[in-house]
Amino acid sequence: AYKRFSELLPKEERENACSVRVPKSQILKLPELRANPFQHRICHVFSTSDNGDDSMSFEDFLDMLSVFSDSAILEVKSHYAFRIFDFDDDGILDRKDLEKLVNCLTGQGEDSQLSNAEMEQLIQNILEESDIDKDGTINLSEFQLVVSRSPDFA
Amino acid sequence: MFSFVTLPSIIAKYGIFNSSFAESPPKNTELHCTVYTPSGNQGLVYFYTYLKDLLSGTGFLEMTSLFYGYYTIDAAWFSILRYNLPLAYLLATFAYLALSLLWIIKRSVEGFKQNLVHHEDQFQSYCNKVFAGWDFCITDPNAARLKHRSLQYELQTDLEEERLKRKIADRTMKEKLRIYSLRIFINIIVIAVLSGCFYSIYRATVFSQENSNKDVGNKNFQANLFVQYLPSVVITLANFIAPQIFSFLITFEDYSPAFEIRLTLMRCVFVRLANIGVLLFSLWSQISHCTTDKCKACGYNYELYPCWESEVGREMYKLMIFDFIIILAVTLFVDFPRKLLVTHCSCKPVQWCGLQEFGISDNVLEIIYGQTICWIGTFFSPLLPAIATIKYFIIFYIKKISLIHTRKPAARPIRASSSNFFFLVVLLIGLVLAFVPLGISIAHIPSSKACGPFRSFNTSWAVVPATVLGFPTGLQQVLHAIASEAFAVPFFMVICLIMVYLIALAGAHKRVVEQLREQLALESRDKLFLIRKITEAQRCP
Repeated sequence: AYKRFSELLPKEERENACSVRVPKSQILKLPELRANPFQHRICHVFSTSDNGDDSMSFEDFLDMLSVFSDSAILEVKSHYAFRIFDFDDDGILDRKDLEKLVNCLTGQGEDSQLSNAEMEQLIQNILEESDIDKDGTINLSEFQLVVSRSPDFA
Repeated sequence: MFSFVTLPSIIAKYGIFNSSFAESPPKNTELHCTVYTPSGNQGLVYFYTYLKDLLSGTGFLEMTSLFYGYYTIDAAWFSILRYNLPLAYLLATFAYLALSLLWIIKRSVEGFKQNLVHHEDQFQSYCNKVFAGWDFCITDPNAARLKHRSLQYELQTDLEEERLKRKIADRTMKEKLRIYSLRIFINIIVIAVLSGCFYSIYRATVFSQENSNKDVGNKNFQANLFVQYLPSVVITLANFIAPQIFSFLITFEDYSPAFEIRLTLMRCVFVRLANIGVLLFSLWSQISHCTTDKCKACGYNYELYPCWESEVGREMYKLMIFDFIIILAVTLFVDFPRKLLVTHCSCKPVQWCGLQEFGISDNVLEIIYGQTICWIGTFFSPLLPAIATIKYFIIFYIKKISLIHTRKPAARPIRASSSNFFFLVVLLIGLVLAFVPLGISIAHIPSSKACGPFRSFNTSWAVVPATVLGFPTGLQQVLHAIASEAFAVPFFMVICLIMVYLIALAGAHKRVVEQLREQLALESRDKLFLIRKITEAQRCP
């Protein structure tokens, strides 16, 4: 993993890889993240930088790899997945978050987005299935419950 | 088939391993039935006669081990063991059919279990798709685009199905009547189209049999070949046109999209398999057509078909070769030019046509069609499986190359798991369809007296009773007891009881699954109650 991380850095900073932060644009060049619709959210969630530029240090990089690996437990994965899906970082998944999530899934082009009526119907169905306390949003425990029953998640 | 039948014949005929063979002359038959002069090895022949023979399975091919007529040995001795060739031929046929049956059932049982228990969509299908739908291992932008599109399509179809279900529930009586009458009318049209296909195949086969002349070498090469291949041409045309008509008609019937796809597929399958059935039926009506007394003594039309099994084998061989040629031709002459046209010529109509989509169901149907031909034809032409293996090998690589270069992926991705089971069911239908003609020809139609391993028997099946009579008396009695009614009826009833028990068990499992789902929903309500209690307790310490 260290090798992958140091490859992302420009040549002159390679020796200090342990302490240097890699800017976001470099991270997004990783092949695994290139085609991922959630790339920006992933960088944002795992980055611990103070100035909000979403750059990642080596520890952040290791965190990211460990969460996505096969040996991470379901709780850890669902915790991070919740944070990734939570677009406005308010700790719950409300309708706006769900809408952005679905749009990310179906693609960025004009013709690949669902129509408004379809989106409404879909969000209604999702909330029906997973919202237990019927408050119109999905909090972390509801999300973890739903994910634990989904066979495709891991 | 090869190891049990062809290999011993070859070994015995050429005297390898100190073996010898005996050909017992046919007894109790009229002399004229046994006259059979295949027109092979007639000295100097032109090259095009070889080509014609290769393509239509006549001439020099008739005398090779490709066809039924080669196997004339009745018994062979390998050192001291006596090898009963006719029995081996028959048993090998049954064995390969039984093996295929077991294999297909084994593969489809796994899919069936899934289907039975999870037939309704999971109660969490939307959440599952949205939260867990993205495959994080995708690295290629094209693949990512594909995944986006497939997710979008899946979500849209699910939503549409839900809307349709609601609409169906809301239908008024008058609308229901209108839709049902429309469906009946369209089904009548479908039946009419099917009958048209069958009748044209029948006429084509009759015409081809009457006009194909094997002995006269002076006839026009192309015309003769075309007449020989006429049934195959008609069948391929029907297989091509009928699906287009069906997919056009089904838009009027107002079914849900998944059911539409299934129904069109079922109709196409029926067309393909029934075409083969009609071809065989028309062949048999020709073979059994007997007017003179001499002919009736033989039991089949001995003048035109001294060796009718080879004739049927020849038709199957032609079908297979033609299928192969058509697939090659379509790939070479339609796909590649289309791709060239689309990439280099940018005028509107060409771009609108676009590249051909890769339809999984069409390709699977082609394979099933070829496999059914192979199953039916193996009894009449023992080397047909070898030809089929080579053919599929070549076709696989050609289709792979053509797919990568000339086709775009389907806009409607098919859910693999449920379709897998469906295709296996269709393959099973093909196998059952292959049983029927083989059963009739083995047990009912008298075997040729002039060629083949069953010359001294009335029908091909008669080998088995003859062998049984040769067993020791104790074994004979046991076998007779098994075949008698006193055993068969209780056996049948026991099987029915077991089936009823298993069906009840499956129903019980399904109910258990339902109850568990309800329990899960109740649990969530309990949690809700507890959460409310906790928040209340927190509010007033």
